[in-house]
Amino acid sequence: MATAASVPAPRGIIRRPTATTGWLSWFTTIDHKKIGLLYGFSAFAFFIIGGLEALLIRAQLAKPDNTLLNADQYNQIFTMHGLTMIFLFVMPMSAAFFNYMIPLMIGARDVAFPRLNAFSYWVFLLGGLFLYSSWFLGGAPNGGWFGYPPNSTTDPTIGMTFYALGLIITGLASSAGAINLAVTVVNMRAPGMTLFRMPVFVWMGLVVQFLLVFALPIITVALFEMLFDRRWGTHFFDPTAGGRPLLWQNLFWLFAHPEVYILILPAFGIISEILPVFSRKPLFGYQFVVFSGIAIGFIGFGVWAHHMFAVGLGPVANTAFGITTAIIAVPTGIKIFNWMGTMYGGDIHFDTPMLMAVGAVAMFVIGGLSGVTHAVVPSDYQQTDTYYVVAHFHYVLFGGAVFGLFGGVFYWWPKIFARQLDERWGKVQFWIMLIGFNLTFGPMHILGLGGMIRREYTYPASLGLTFWNQVSTVGAYLIALSTLVFVVNAVKTQRTAKGLANEDPWDARTLEWTTSCPPPVYNFEEIPVVHSIDEFWHRKYAEDKEGRLIRVPAGASDHAAADGHGGAIHLPTPSFWPLIAAVGLPTIAYGVLYSWWLVGAGALVTVIGFMGWAMEPPVAE
Amino acid sequence: MRRTRWWILALLALTLLLVACSKTAPQNTMNPHGPTAQTEKNLLVLVLWPAAAVFLVVEGGILLISIRLRHRKDRDRMPPQIHGNTRLEIGWTIAPAIVLAVIMVPTVSTIWQLARQPADAMQITVEGYQWWWGFRYTDPDMAVNYGDHDAIVTADVLVIPTGRTIDLSLTSLGGGAHSTAGVPDHQVIHSFWAPQLFGKQDVIPGETNHIVFSADDPGIYSGQCAEFCGLQHGKMKFRIRALDEADWQRWVANEKSPSVQPNDGLAQQGMDLFLGVNGVGGQCIQCHAVGGTDAAGTAAPNLTHFAAATHECFAGCDFESFLNGNPNAADLKAWLADPNAVKLGAKMPDYGLTEQQIDALVAYLYSLT
Repeated sequence: MATAASVPAPRGIIRRPTATTGWLSWFTTIDHKKIGLLYGFSAFAFFIIGGLEALLIRAQLAKPDNTLLNADQYNQIFTMHGLTMIFLFVMPMSAAFFNYMIPLMIGARDVAFPRLNAFSYWVFLLGGLFLYSSWFLGGAPNGGWFGYPPNSTTDPTIGMTFYALGLIITGLASSAGAINLAVTVVNMRAPGMTLFRMPVFVWMGLVVQFLLVFALPIITVALFEMLFDRRWGTHFFDPTAGGRPLLWQNLFWLFAHPEVYILILPAFGIISEILPVFSRKPLFGYQFVVFSGIAIGFIGFGVWAHHMFAVGLGPVANTAFGITTAIIAVPTGIKIFNWMGTMYGGDIHFDTPMLMAVGAVAMFVIGGLSGVTHAVVPSDYQQTDTYYVVAHFHYVLFGGAVFGLFGGVFYWWPKIFARQLDERWGKVQFWIMLIGFNLTFGPMHILGLGGMIRREYTYPASLGLTFWNQVSTVGAYLIALSTLVFVVNAVKTQRTAKGLANEDPWDARTLEWTTSCPPPVYNFEEIPVVHSIDEFWHRKYAEDKEGRLIRVPAGASDHAAADGHGGAIHLPTPSFWPLIAAVGLPTIAYGVLYSWWLVGAGALVTVIGFMGWAMEPPVAE
Repeated sequence: MRRTRWWILALLALTLLLVACSKTAPQNTMNPHGPTAQTEKNLLVLVLWPAAAVFLVVEGGILLISIRLRHRKDRDRMPPQIHGNTRLEIGWTIAPAIVLAVIMVPTVSTIWQLARQPADAMQITVEGYQWWWGFRYTDPDMAVNYGDHDAIVTADVLVIPTGRTIDLSLTSLGGGAHSTAGVPDHQVIHSFWAPQLFGKQDVIPGETNHIVFSADDPGIYSGQCAEFCGLQHGKMKFRIRALDEADWQRWVANEKSPSVQPNDGLAQQGMDLFLGVNGVGGQCIQCHAVGGTDAAGTAAPNLTHFAAATHECFAGCDFESFLNGNPNAADLKAWLADPNAVKLGAKMPDYGLTEQQIDALVAYLYSLT
């Protein structure tokens, strides 16, 4: 180390951990695959909790004038159900797939900022736990996930302060993660992986990260204003002191409508991966699918007031947002037709991932069509804030996103765990889920048109809503059963011996399948060189003179020969600092609620965390 | 084949659905009783046709492709690798756009049509509180004939003349017993909605929204707050009572007159307690008004004609005022004994009334026809 004398080596405060196995390694890992798994397991745990909340909601609504839950409990539970499913399940579950798969699909060894990646995860988890700790500290948020002031700002319980702080924290996690993944996609692609050779899943990932980066600051501003109103008596939303309640609604929906696409585009990406593989055809109209995804991203910022048609914005605004809402149906429709085009003429293998993906398309179409009826503004005066809307967005977000995510789980399980989920149980799960889903949410269209408002903790028998509510409750418990089938399947599968007879069980098309199952820490022994869309497929199949596909013998592909550029494998070492920095944030939040001392302590921990992070040597000493 | 059977089942369910949208559901949006709700329903039905067509084409297509092209063990074929078809794709971009553009034409014209406020409409102000509705008849010819000749004010049931165009001004007030010095502390957002008469408009503190509507037939129309407004959002209900011309005139005459003086002893005691004339009671008048007496509170429902036959329900229409034509004393007693016990979070405090006092108040309130 002769040069070390002139350039002082960075000195760490604590020794960098090196273990990549063992329980401690999960706290220090900066491997995108392990972080992806952490995201996945945490998100699934929150899915179970949010699902149990849904079951309580359905139990309460199973009969008129039910007293299982009182108004106070019901309001907390429906609020937490929404917050959990959106911020603690679908978003982190999508992040799990992005984390695990994007580097593999673009031929990278990790994400651009591995420690920032770990930080994002810990901040998300701690933010979620912070939000849930409100149950034990005076009551959960009770003003709905939309948290409209002045109700949310004047509510005397502590819940909505937890809401504001908790969402600021999880928003930080998403922002950091979004920047990280966007930079990864832009900068870390393998040689030859041009933007228009990227798998659609990566494209949708990129669009989602940009949506997050632009949408989250808006809600963060609104949440801080809410926090100030609640905690320090400002009057941003207080009409009695010159504030405007509608300010919140504009800010909230300007975030929350892009948020809808943040929730659904990852599933669109997964569907766009699964359909070609199981139809044994390339994606029909790759450019159209990609550009329609980008278009959805842009137009998604211009439709927010369709959540506010009944607030009295006036006929000009209602006309404008009615039209933009109709416009956004066009790129969404393109995707549906292109997916059908992908399946058309294919040789369709209905393994579970495909069932889930086709189910997602079929269910999303229903949600899309009911969405078009929202664009018909005067008709929406009747349907908004009724169960018709509840039906609509569950068809989109459960029918589209959850089915799509389950498709991804079944599709990539062999890649991640080197075991295959049982197909028979998978199909059983799919059919129970499909039936349960339609029984739960289908009747809600009728309930909404029949005059059932959202967020009411009970309804009288005289409204004639009892029968369909009962059907819906039965359906919800069927969904629960299907989830149980999945858990059993997963546990049973993981008890079998590791190892796949065929490491490419679906005859897949994209790069992540070129490496072993599970992938080594460094992902690829040699960084692949990419020649086309569906690179892996072209390494396996070539066309003969008549244009028919013939299988290339293993190792004979001239594509693979070009791989690697001779560089040594460099991987960053695990680190404690992301976790330490993350711990400071909820500490600050508790401090805002209870004591300035705690704010100081939390800030100190975070600053020390970032300092240690910055000063850390690049590799273990 | 299991999928086909499933779809047949779904179709059956759909038929059942239409049957179940029966006329007995009092908040059924598909069974309108006034031009506003009718216009809104017509537009939905108009959109349902193309929506149903798209539904059949897409879902049928997915189903057909799934069944016809599913992999069979005896057929190992590699499908042709088609990457797309630009003309086709441009086609299915433009076709939906045209359909949507066509739909937007009646949509936009209806938006403007419903926003119109005819000058000759009857003006009523709707006031949203946590968690009940108040109504103020602001037309000059609707002033009461006593005191300062203020507007007729009622709660829970909005009484209207059949066939007359009504222009509702929506305002959010609030506070209940917690308001201080006339400044309500819990002004929140509500939404006013009577599905068979009109779609909803939000009731927003600091803003004034309008609903223009009329009822085709005399009758009772159920409605409720549709925007989450706190603990008892689910029980912030109201009714609209449309009366024919003769009944309407009788109702107006009665509402214009001050409250009746009770002539039976118990009701007289209740009145004394209500007004606090003997140094006992008197809390009621801090929030409630009874026309023609000293009670002039504005934070809680106006009780001038609490026992009028049209005032069918009270406390956010959570309770019936009458059962088979007789006073529903049981619910009113329970309410007075401890409002929070029967409606969690209710803004009216528990005044620790004795049973005898409650009986007297009930007698008084049911004397206010």
